[in-house]
Amino acid sequence: MLLKNTYNEFIKIIAKPRSYIGLAALTALIFIILFAMKADGTSYISFVTSSFEQSLSFNGNILNGNLIAFIILQMLIVHIPLLIALVTGDLISGEAAMGTIRMLATKPISRTNIVLSKFIAGAVYTLILTLWLAFLALVVVKFLFGTGDMIVLNSDGLVILQESDVLWRYACSFVIAFLALLTVSSLSICLSAFAENSIGPIVSTMAIIILFTIIGSLDVSVFDTIKPYLFTTHMASWRILFEDPVDFGAVGQSVIILIVHNIILVGIAVIKFNKKDITS
Amino acid sequence: MENPIIEVKNLSKKFGNFEAVKDVSFTVHKGDVFGFLGPNGAGKSTTIRCLMSLIKPNSGSIAIFGKDIAAHRQEILSNVGSIIEKPDFYKYLSAEKNLEIFARISGVRVEKKEIQEMLAFVGLDGRGKDKIGGFSHGMKQRLGIAQTLLHKPDLIILDEPTTGLDPQGIIEVRNLILRLKTEQQKTVVLSSHQLSEIEIIANRMVIINKGRSVIEGSVEELVNQQELLLQIDIDNVEKAILDLKTEYPTLEVKHLHGTIIELPVEKEMVPVINAFLVNKSHQVNGLEPKRKLEDFFMKIVQA
Repeated sequence: MLLKNTYNEFIKIIAKPRSYIGLAALTALIFIILFAMKADGTSYISFVTSSFEQSLSFNGNILNGNLIAFIILQMLIVHIPLLIALVTGDLISGEAAMGTIRMLATKPISRTNIVLSKFIAGAVYTLILTLWLAFLALVVVKFLFGTGDMIVLNSDGLVILQESDVLWRYACSFVIAFLALLTVSSLSICLSAFAENSIGPIVSTMAIIILFTIIGSLDVSVFDTIKPYLFTTHMASWRILFEDPVDFGAVGQSVIILIVHNIILVGIAVIKFNKKDITS
Repeated sequence: MENPIIEVKNLSKKFGNFEAVKDVSFTVHKGDVFGFLGPNGAGKSTTIRCLMSLIKPNSGSIAIFGKDIAAHRQEILSNVGSIIEKPDFYKYLSAEKNLEIFARISGVRVEKKEIQEMLAFVGLDGRGKDKIGGFSHGMKQRLGIAQTLLHKPDLIILDEPTTGLDPQGIIEVRNLILRLKTEQQKTVVLSSHQLSEIEIIANRMVIINKGRSVIEGSVEELVNQQELLLQIDIDNVEKAILDLKTEYPTLEVKHLHGTIIELPVEKEMVPVINAFLVNKSHQVNGLEPKRKLEDFFMKIVQA
């Protein structure tokens, strides 16, 4: 029954026009970045490399696909959650608003399976969005800008990665990006179980992300104990993979924290939905 | 009676401090078209939502097909079709796709042909590919009935299925419900706030008011009672009461208001009473026999 209802959830997601907003917006954003890089990428790069030009000489195609993919990922990982929440925040509360939740809950399927099938469908949608991002950022960008060694500016300074050393880092980065976005999906589904309209969970998801991001960026000792447990702290963990050497311990910790967040959020949604009186 | 399909005992449900359902009990037997009658806000929908496990009662028990709904929810629901309040569908999907979705989670594999047949049964043939967004309320109601039948359940629960329909739609839905009983031998539970509707469709019923079940029995017994409340508009009220009490000492005659007196009588007694009053030289200006249940129900509604 779980698989049957998951299939139903896919049909609903595919049929909803809002599901395509995410893909369209993502495509548009990436092409805007590409246009900007094509038009004025050299000055953007020189702004980054200028502080090192006294001690280092940069030769070759620095503004290549590998670097632009990194820029895209860095820029969009903050905005994609909204596109995810737009679809997943509607999965339970949208049915309550439409009244179809009554029809659904009177069928011989457990409420736990209703929530799990929505979580799986949300996860697949998130995966599709992540893969689309990966396709545009790696395949299309490399086709347009070529490839080459990659320079990354991080807190420790400038890291130069060999061209052959980049692809696995991106593969792992997109796995972490997927886990981070999946947490956003689980959060909005969880909030959706508490709401009777679509807007509430979408806005609340974004509000929580903004709040956690602000807490994470505030350099105040009172927040130091909670920062490592905020999922937003680990949404940028993919960047660790572009350090040399890679701190796999930190990456593993982020993966575990994101997975635990997903389990807790889906668990809360299941408990809430099971206890809920459907009065809409 | 044999084979109780639904047995509700002492059901109660509170929302905060508001007691929506208080100690409601009733029994639905196999093959019944069971009317669940009560004014708006009486607790009908809350009771039906409890039956379908949409809301959890605070106390009492619900057994459907002899099994407790809380313990055997999925097993029971696989043999129940329902429309609660109003049928809501996915507006962005076609009628066929909606039926496919609900059939799939009802645990049955439904062929396209069966969907077409079901749409034809409810009078929606040729509209299967149309999106629900363009459907009228009556069409959605009929599609809702199709949705309840697709997995061939033995029990159908319809909550106010004619609400919001035009007269033609009401007749169509009523006929559909009657066909469910006659052609498909389904047990149907039907909630309504209209006595006339229950009278036409149901064979048994319960009246619920302010969250309590007031009376339960066969519609024939309750509605077509021989005993009537006869209201007589007469010239001399006091003399008429005296004459009637003298001739019929067991009759409970009372002055209702103005020139109207009221007395409970058997159906056959109406012309006898009329003739008696005329013979006593009374001027009978009007004579209105009212069924006691209707009066009783109206008093409930007005209260």
